[in-house]
Amino acid sequence: MFEPILTQNINRLDSEKISAYLANGGYEATRQALTKYTPDELIEMVKRSGLRGRGGAGFPAGSKWGFMPKDASIQKIVAINADEGEPGTFKDRQIIERDPHQLIEGAIIAGYAVGANRAFVYIRGEFTLGYKRLIKAIADAYNLGYLGKNILGTGFDLDMSVQRGAGAYICGEETAMLESLEGKPGNPRLKPPFPAQIGLFGLPTLVQNIETLACIPHIVLRGAEWFASIGTDESKGPKIFSVSGHVNRPGNYELPLGTMLREIIFEHAGGLRHGRRLKAIIPGGTSTPVLTADQVDTPMAFETLEKAGSQLGTGGIIVMDETTCMVETARRVAKFYAHESCGRCTPCRIGSWRLFETLERIEQGQGLPGDIEHALYLSQNIDSRTFCPMGAALVNPARSTIIKFRQEYEYHIDQKKCKPIQN
Amino acid sequence: MLPQTKSRIPNPISRARLLAALYAAQEQYGWLSPEAIRGVADRLNLTPGQVHSTASFYTMFKLQPQGQYRIQVCEGLSCYLVGGAEPIIDYIKRRLNIINGDTSPDGKFTLEIVQCLAACDLAPAVIVNDELYGNISTDKIGDFLSELLAKA
Repeated sequence: MFEPILTQNINRLDSEKISAYLANGGYEATRQALTKYTPDELIEMVKRSGLRGRGGAGFPAGSKWGFMPKDASIQKIVAINADEGEPGTFKDRQIIERDPHQLIEGAIIAGYAVGANRAFVYIRGEFTLGYKRLIKAIADAYNLGYLGKNILGTGFDLDMSVQRGAGAYICGEETAMLESLEGKPGNPRLKPPFPAQIGLFGLPTLVQNIETLACIPHIVLRGAEWFASIGTDESKGPKIFSVSGHVNRPGNYELPLGTMLREIIFEHAGGLRHGRRLKAIIPGGTSTPVLTADQVDTPMAFETLEKAGSQLGTGGIIVMDETTCMVETARRVAKFYAHESCGRCTPCRIGSWRLFETLERIEQGQGLPGDIEHALYLSQNIDSRTFCPMGAALVNPARSTIIKFRQEYEYHIDQKKCKPIQN
Repeated sequence: MLPQTKSRIPNPISRARLLAALYAAQEQYGWLSPEAIRGVADRLNLTPGQVHSTASFYTMFKLQPQGQYRIQVCEGLSCYLVGGAEPIIDYIKRRLNIINGDTSPDGKFTLEIVQCLAACDLAPAVIVNDELYGNISTDKIGDFLSELLAKA
């Protein structure tokens, strides 16, 4: 039985309060990091731990920290991405609402390691409870000397504040988030320059996801080698998997990276509802390509999912049973991405709507011969032809369902209705 | 404090306060009228155009008057799979007599169809005036609307 690490506190009484956090060893990692280690030692530690970002892209956290300029005369920033918006993902919300000090601690340690004295949390606008709890948590941390000037007498200063997003999926993309933090529309920036060179207000900025930062205190307390002993070759540590859709027990399950998809769905999430058969799984939020039921024995890790033709993404697992129409699934998700396109790049702004319209036509029984090829053509011309990864993200649902469930699309075009369940 | 910045915007710190200022204005007036936009622009030393370009980008900033009760229904995949989205949306529209647009004829309720609320474990999910409600059904939302209608 895997002992939860990131979610070990969430079921305790008053888990969001600093008193409960301190009673369970809270801020000990901050004390150790700031008194026992140099910034460079901490960066090395995070590198050795093998921690990869939990926001979707999976970039090695330690390398990101290492990219920040070492020149102490340059002011640096930590920007904390709490704009959880990938459909099917609800892990960060749980950490923010029920264990906010864990991420504050992660941010303090990250700030110390990269030499940043200012941290901004960008929280999703809809997270009103999380916003209130985070503000209270930050105020309490200031009162006890974990934030502000001369933290724990070490001479390290860190100020932290929270800004609310206002309902734009694209602001989860790191450079769009920086634009939004600057008070502008959330249009992604062209990279390079990367945020570590030119980030918020033109200053070097470390951008990290909530779940990534939540791992940091545990790495400091228990060591990089301990962290790296969890998981697979290329995917280290614990991961919170958000499971939703046609399962008996939807929810967040913290397990080692590399846990079998089958185990997560059938043991932890209680299997499928009404005893129905599994049809398809989206493994990492709706922007990751769909898997078929016979791929359920894939381990949930970066490298294994890539091999299976998909991605780990955010770890938001959406389970679909045999009654699900895959054309409707693709149509619904395509509508979301079309709506959320920021409008900067033409392939995304226009292509996303053309793709949605094509899928809607097929789903509503008005599909024409050649529409499937048209959807694939659109996908090819959107993918990777945009500033940010949104272009690649938005074509995945359509393209992967066409590749894996093409006969359903053909049936829709020929018979003008959903393909019946086959026994 | 950010003493030295390299931003191309002439007053970056002032602009960075814009989202918070828009929230404050919306809280006070219920929506962001042209007057509210101008007021925010004056306070932050920005142009109304700069303020409008930001306000209109974000779905949570309302450029139209809103009902006293704002009901947001998720139409995301996870909510749809477990009976949410259209059945809930259609029921609310019928019940509140919302035919054109998104606000009921008496102006008391505004229905908004929204995307994933990061509450898929509680699907189907709705938000009423910033409060999240999970495991919604037409029966449950019906009882809830009756309560609100009695108060409204």
